[in-house]
Amino acid sequence: MYEQFKTRAVGVGAEVYRFEKKRDALDFILPFLGKEGVADAPGCYAVWADCPFLEGMDNGELKNVPGLSFEVSRSRAAQSRIGISQMEWAVADTGSLVQDQSAAEQRLVSSLTGIHIALVPSGNVLADKSQLFARINPQTSRYIAFITGPSRTADIERVLTIGVHGPERLIIIFVDELGGENI
Amino acid sequence: MKSEFKASITRAVNDANLTGALGKFSEAYKVNRTKAYEGIDFEALRSRVAEAKSSAACHLDEVAEIFKKNAEALGAKVYRTKDPEQVKQYILKVAQDNGVKTVVKSKSMATEEIHLNPYLIKNGISVAETDLGEWIIQLAGQTPSHMVMPAIHMTKEEVAELFSKEVEERVSTDIPRLVKVARNELRPKFLAADMGISGGNIAVAETGSIVLVTNEGNARLVTTLPKIHIALIGVEKLVEKFETVVPILDALPRSATAQLLTSYVSIITGPTPNDDGSLKDMHIILMDNRRTEMAQDPKFKQALQCIRCGSCLNVCPIFRLVGGHVFGGIYTGGIGTILTAWFDEMKKSEDIQGLCIQCGNCTQVCPGKLDIPEMIMEIRRRLVLEKGQSLVQKAIFGVVNNRKLFHGMLRAASVAGKPFTSGKFIRHLPLFLSDLTDGRSLPAIAAEPFRDTFLKIEQPKLQEKAAFYAGCLIDFAYPEMGVALVKLLNKAGIEVTFPQEQTCCGAPALYNGAYDVAAQNAVDNIKVLLQEDVRYVVSACPTCTVALVHEFGKTLDTLGQTEWLSKAKQLSEKTVDFSTLVKHLVDEGRLSFKEGEELGKITYHDSCHLKRTLNVFEQPRELLQKAGYELAEMFECDMCCGMGGSYSMKLPEISGPILQNKLKNIKETGAPVVAMDCPGCVLQIRGGLDQDGAEVRVKHTAELLAERLKD
Repeated sequence: MYEQFKTRAVGVGAEVYRFEKKRDALDFILPFLGKEGVADAPGCYAVWADCPFLEGMDNGELKNVPGLSFEVSRSRAAQSRIGISQMEWAVADTGSLVQDQSAAEQRLVSSLTGIHIALVPSGNVLADKSQLFARINPQTSRYIAFITGPSRTADIERVLTIGVHGPERLIIIFVDELGGENI
Repeated sequence: MKSEFKASITRAVNDANLTGALGKFSEAYKVNRTKAYEGIDFEALRSRVAEAKSSAACHLDEVAEIFKKNAEALGAKVYRTKDPEQVKQYILKVAQDNGVKTVVKSKSMATEEIHLNPYLIKNGISVAETDLGEWIIQLAGQTPSHMVMPAIHMTKEEVAELFSKEVEERVSTDIPRLVKVARNELRPKFLAADMGISGGNIAVAETGSIVLVTNEGNARLVTTLPKIHIALIGVEKLVEKFETVVPILDALPRSATAQLLTSYVSIITGPTPNDDGSLKDMHIILMDNRRTEMAQDPKFKQALQCIRCGSCLNVCPIFRLVGGHVFGGIYTGGIGTILTAWFDEMKKSEDIQGLCIQCGNCTQVCPGKLDIPEMIMEIRRRLVLEKGQSLVQKAIFGVVNNRKLFHGMLRAASVAGKPFTSGKFIRHLPLFLSDLTDGRSLPAIAAEPFRDTFLKIEQPKLQEKAAFYAGCLIDFAYPEMGVALVKLLNKAGIEVTFPQEQTCCGAPALYNGAYDVAAQNAVDNIKVLLQEDVRYVVSACPTCTVALVHEFGKTLDTLGQTEWLSKAKQLSEKTVDFSTLVKHLVDEGRLSFKEGEELGKITYHDSCHLKRTLNVFEQPRELLQKAGYELAEMFECDMCCGMGGSYSMKLPEISGPILQNKLKNIKETGAPVVAMDCPGCVLQIRGGLDQDGAEVRVKHTAELLAERLKD
């Protein structure tokens, strides 16, 4: 199912990686921030929304990354190059990520930034919408968000163009250590 | 038709940018849509969608009330109204009460429907559309030409021109650059807006949820950044159960843009916290604007099953030529014609309903199972009831309703021995004639109609009998098709009868909304065709076959002439189209063709009624291959040829280019012969190829098969 997800997600322009440990994921993310020019200057920030991935992390290391902030405000997100959040489910047949984004910061980091890095528990890949709908509940989740690839438009001459209002890159990082249903 | 309407059509078909962009899109769409639906049982899926939507439409008021109760329990404010004016006043009041100066909008056809933007702007509120296509047409001061792709009619050069004015600097025509301009220009508006207005693709009663389906990500910003969110939703978007979201999400993106899923889907259930910790002020307006009346009309209730994907536009041979703006309203294409007739007024659809050629392409792809051609026919019927027929049509149908007079006039035309471009009255007779020869030669009326030729054919006396229903075109223009059919059936051991009292099948009247005329034709034919004790009634014209099989009963039922319904059913059960019958006879081993000769390439044109109403397309292909031909399929083999009966006379400016496209596709196969099962298509395509000068023979399948019978 992971392979099907990856094929579909890559097919719509997402980039997909998988790591065993949170540590490995971090060793990918931190150099990536540097490479993308994340720095302590407006327009170059990175924001990381609260998520299970961060639980038990050594915050000292993360706190010292220049430009990276865990306090997600509208103005900070609007001035950020990269937003990081954790998405709960991956749906294989459409290559979609799904999360309860009732907390505004979850939406800010994944909609105002140029690049969205989405962390996903490897064990939470589901086959399709019917499996997903058995697990989501609008009564308890007020803003259920599906994200499938980067923001796109074809409104000018039907030419597919990436990154209109949302992120122009979606980087999906599966982390085995985050567990999930199927592990 | 009004002359300004005709002029707008002429402008559209001569706009190379428009027809080029739409044509390319529509050709690619078909392929991409098929790919998007791979592995999915489309018929089962659309049944689920249609049933769920239809069930909600059956008790809209109740479902809307449940939605309201559930959404309000979560803290949303729900306002229900029938009146578009009240919608506008409500939104303005919320804006004024909260000191709103600026509004950002994500795409909403409902707000376009009620012309919300000009109203708010007039009242001093600044409104920015944020969907790229909507923003473009807002800057251009236009209306959307397509409900999914509002600016599909514009070129990148035109967009660059608009953007240059807006940002006050010269912008290049590079599309990614243009998109970046929109992002940069709209981002501050999102961040500063006091209010966000969205539409809603689905509203779920049992949970009070609204579902937004977008690609650009603007709806996420519209529903997140401003502290006030108003969603304007037409009540046709209501469904009862949360589980119905699944089939709609399966169908909507695949049908709309051939995507498995759009980039973003948001399911919003009640207000969420804003980024400053306060709670969103969330308003949901459920707007009726005649939708309940529609739901209560048995002929139009199905329109509420529409999920607004626009696929009916994407496959329409007319839309790809003329685009959306000739429709004159907010909603365009076939579905737009129906919505305009209801949301505006019936009268407004008078011209645009005539654009539908009744090819049925849209019925094949509609995920809500709407029968748009049927609803357009109903609009036609009601318009005729309301306004009566035009004098010319009245005269024509007066003649058609009197078989002796009608056939007498056709004979007179043949005696005159002239093609139909001359003569005063007769050239307006249905199906035959016109002052149009541009791009198509018209056939002469046969020197001897089939009904006379038939009497001279010597047939063996056989036990099994079939009555031949010729239809006007075979009877009076192409009797040789009838002769071929008799030869084939005789060979298979069937004796053919020809009830001389048979008359026009009523299709010309029906497709012009003259149901009373069509009903009279139906009754006359039912009487005659049921008189004889035959196993089959066979027709070699798909339009006639459809009339006998489906339309007689439907027309009589619509007019309440129920005393004829059981007879109409009897006739329907006996009636069979030519290829289906012959294929059956070949399969039974009663008919076979000469062997051992290779006849070379042939291409086959599917006629609209045969392919889409009768679902017959394999039979003629198999027969032609059995007869020794090698099938070379043309591109878009089942796309309409542009004939559409009297359509080609009323709207030659549209029929012409459709025909030219068909001719191009035929010629590109390199086949020296093109076969089809419809004499109307033969008339159109043979006439076109004749003027074109191409060396391609145009034949009815019956003629080609009769040539290949074993001695």
